[in-house]
Amino acid sequence: MNKHLKMDAPQPRVLDETRQGILGKGISRTEGPKKVSGSATYAGDNHPDGMAHGVLLRAGITKGKVTGFDESAAQKIDGYVGLFHGPKFIRNNAQGMADEAPVQPDCEVHYHSQPIGLVVAETFEAARDAALAIKVSYDEEGALVDPKSAPQEDQGGPDVGDLEADMGRADVTVDEIYTTEAQVSAAMELHGSVAQWNDGKLLLQSSLQMLKFNRNEIADSLGIDPENVRILAPYVGGGFGSKLGIGADAVSAAIAARDLGRPVRVIMPRQTVFDAVLRRTETEQRVRLGARSDGTITSIGHDDLVSNLEGEGFAEPTSQASQFLYAAPNRKMQQTVSRNHRTPSGSVRAPGEAVGMLGLEVAMDELAERLGMCPVKLRLQNVPERDPDSGVPFTAHSLTEALKRGAQEFGWKDRKANGARREGEWLIGMGVASAARKNMLLPAKARVTLDGDKAVVETDMTDIGTGSYTIFAQITAEALGLPIENVEVRLADTDYPEASGSGGSFGASSTGSAVFLACQSIREEIAAKCGANDFTLKDGQVTAGGKTTALSDLLDAPLSAVGEIEKGQTSEDHLSSGFGAHFAEVAVNEVSGEVRVRRMLGVFGAGRILNEKTAKSQLVGGMIWGIGAALTEEAAHDPRTGHIITRDLANYHVASHADVPEQIDTILLEERDDYANPIQAKGVGELGISGAGAAVLNAIYNACGVRVRSFPATPDKVMAGLDAM
Amino acid sequence: MTVNGEERSLDLDPRTSLLDALRDDLRLTGTKKGCDHGQCGACTVLVNGRRINSCLTLAAMHDGDEITTIEGLGAEDNLNELQAAFVECDGFQCGYCTPGQIMSATGMLNEAAEGMPSHVSADLNDGVDLSDAEIAERMSGNLCRCSAYPFIRKAISSVATKEAAE
Ligand code: FES
Ligand code: FES
Repeated sequence: MNKHLKMDAPQPRVLDETRQGILGKGISRTEGPKKVSGSATYAGDNHPDGMAHGVLLRAGITKGKVTGFDESAAQKIDGYVGLFHGPKFIRNNAQGMADEAPVQPDCEVHYHSQPIGLVVAETFEAARDAALAIKVSYDEEGALVDPKSAPQEDQGGPDVGDLEADMGRADVTVDEIYTTEAQVSAAMELHGSVAQWNDGKLLLQSSLQMLKFNRNEIADSLGIDPENVRILAPYVGGGFGSKLGIGADAVSAAIAARDLGRPVRVIMPRQTVFDAVLRRTETEQRVRLGARSDGTITSIGHDDLVSNLEGEGFAEPTSQASQFLYAAPNRKMQQTVSRNHRTPSGSVRAPGEAVGMLGLEVAMDELAERLGMCPVKLRLQNVPERDPDSGVPFTAHSLTEALKRGAQEFGWKDRKANGARREGEWLIGMGVASAARKNMLLPAKARVTLDGDKAVVETDMTDIGTGSYTIFAQITAEALGLPIENVEVRLADTDYPEASGSGGSFGASSTGSAVFLACQSIREEIAAKCGANDFTLKDGQVTAGGKTTALSDLLDAPLSAVGEIEKGQTSEDHLSSGFGAHFAEVAVNEVSGEVRVRRMLGVFGAGRILNEKTAKSQLVGGMIWGIGAALTEEAAHDPRTGHIITRDLANYHVASHADVPEQIDTILLEERDDYANPIQAKGVGELGISGAGAAVLNAIYNACGVRVRSFPATPDKVMAGLDAM
Repeated sequence: MTVNGEERSLDLDPRTSLLDALRDDLRLTGTKKGCDHGQCGACTVLVNGRRINSCLTLAAMHDGDEITTIEGLGAEDNLNELQAAFVECDGFQCGYCTPGQIMSATGMLNEAAEGMPSHVSADLNDGVDLSDAEIAERMSGNLCRCSAYPFIRKAISSVATKEAAE
């Protein structure tokens, strides 16, 4: 019994007709008790008998060849087991959905601190010591690490109308350069793997987001059949893109474990995570806006320069949101990729929007200023009717409502002129920005088995803090009319049906749809059994034709079904995106240049909300990332070697408790996206960060009149602006 | 040493941190490693009632000490008040920083009850009123990249308020 759906047409709102009343409710995470008691097991918590410990050896040069390893000192260390290296070792993590091995450079080095081998010992202490004792010799070559002087590739991009000519004609223009520094995911769980072999089969416990792809990536790296790989990742301590693809920890652990015939654990130290896991590129963005004096935008230009290493297909899609957020007949967005030898770049939460919307939305604030217009009104006035590039209609689109509702709830009308609100040495200001994050549907499968009034959900989907355990239980309980306690959700085992994986905010809606379709198939079976098309399911009972029967009485055998979803025509003839509006109030210290965020409000339209509590948590989490991007997060590179020098959590500043105000609220707008998927939901994991930092940056300008265009807006930059005034 | 009320005796490499001893030798893996450098707080445990980063201290330095880890607070089916408040307030997403947050909050509530002031206390001698700003300041050694901060503080504050009322 299977149910397959290709999204070729809008789907009926079945889940608005069901009666259990559990979907959307802000129930607590079902796996919560495990997490607060320390019994949830993350990859590095596994400790199979006989396990050896591995520490990655990393290159001390930026570019060249490894010509030899001298193990003599390491061999004298008690408990030393050996050194592993060779042509199967990978250079860096696989890009999201790569589905094949990343670059395997053998003895070549392409960036500073690239993993080049694995040192294994009986204890972690001995392995760490031995890794320091091994002497590596190199043939070093020169390497370009500056994005500006390294070779550049033109990637093109949308070019509609005549931007240059229109910019010459427009009443008011903005033409500014904005820069963002490299950033990292910095998930709190270190990237790590435990590998063990049994009868030629690899069992890998690893911190990963997208298991069906990861399985093929590791199999291809090792040169084995994916059938011989099983991956488990029941708990993942945050991913944010960094765990989309397999990393050197997994491949090296598997190689050593096979060779030694015993389990091997490799956990990257925090510094290795900074050095060798894909970072977010730095960007240089040129944003051009042209408008008539009444505030109608006629030109939008957004060109960007980003970095990546040769051989990596990913380029930060910086102008992704700029391509459809506002209407304008003349549009030009050209991307250039610099091929240099910094740590390679990849997806970090909301690739594209997270940095691109800083440029665009600060430029919008500059345009409003030059027009002498309210920044909320400017945005409202330029909301497009259709996707400006393709001309296709939008699905549910809540930007206008979000801006209006947010302005009202936040008290936007009390916003003063720049620099006009003061409390002692603190200057107070408000800022606004739009939020947008394109919505996607990925192929996904899930199995649901109903036995009496108890159901089990099985899929290789991960829960990286995103709430998968809880929302799949809610979808199942709602669709089958069961108390939530009667649903068990089993995740993140490649033996289960292949899900979308967690990434790009598509996990909940894609795999959630597969869970729903499996339930739909079971509902059809129930309908057949009670001989009625009109029936309701609630609390483990079915009511049809005025008669109520317990499911356990109706079903003499368990019902099992696999649901499967894939995208179809609706994604061709419509554009589906989450939208929202961010509002921020900040205080700027005129003596020190310090910026404190006082309060924030985000209003979002993201289709059907599957769990109000976990959705809000994710959105607020994203908004707090916005605070980090605006004020503190910066992975600085050594100009000589490209090596990241802010490579720990003391030097790379993610937001801490004290950076986050008590008042950081969200409003979820009532919305259904019928064209997105059969559960009418859109992603929320990245919408919260998209634009959030820009609201903070625009609030700084309103507070003190200083326009920072090089992000993050650290106190030295704010101070320089204040001094210049 | 005594761990969660149980006497444990270990024969260790002298370089073993308290964190690694707990995780790898005693197999108490609820205590997490996020940096191994005292920068994230994921490894917070109580030593003789005071919170410390267990990655920054060697196991060998704790001969005779009393250690409390997350496993010592309340099991999955028997959560203590603070653990239950974290679940109710959604004070976590991925859950990786969570044992550290909860242990740190436990130590912090004790410090506040003893009247220990913080950087943001208005008065050094006048007792402690655990406002949101006080909790934020006192918890800033515990990073949460999922950024559940407001909900973590709500959970802590709900327990602090209850304790104050008792
Ligand atoms: S692991 Fe000890 S503070 Fe981070
Ligand atoms: S809950 Fe994920 S880091 Fe705090």
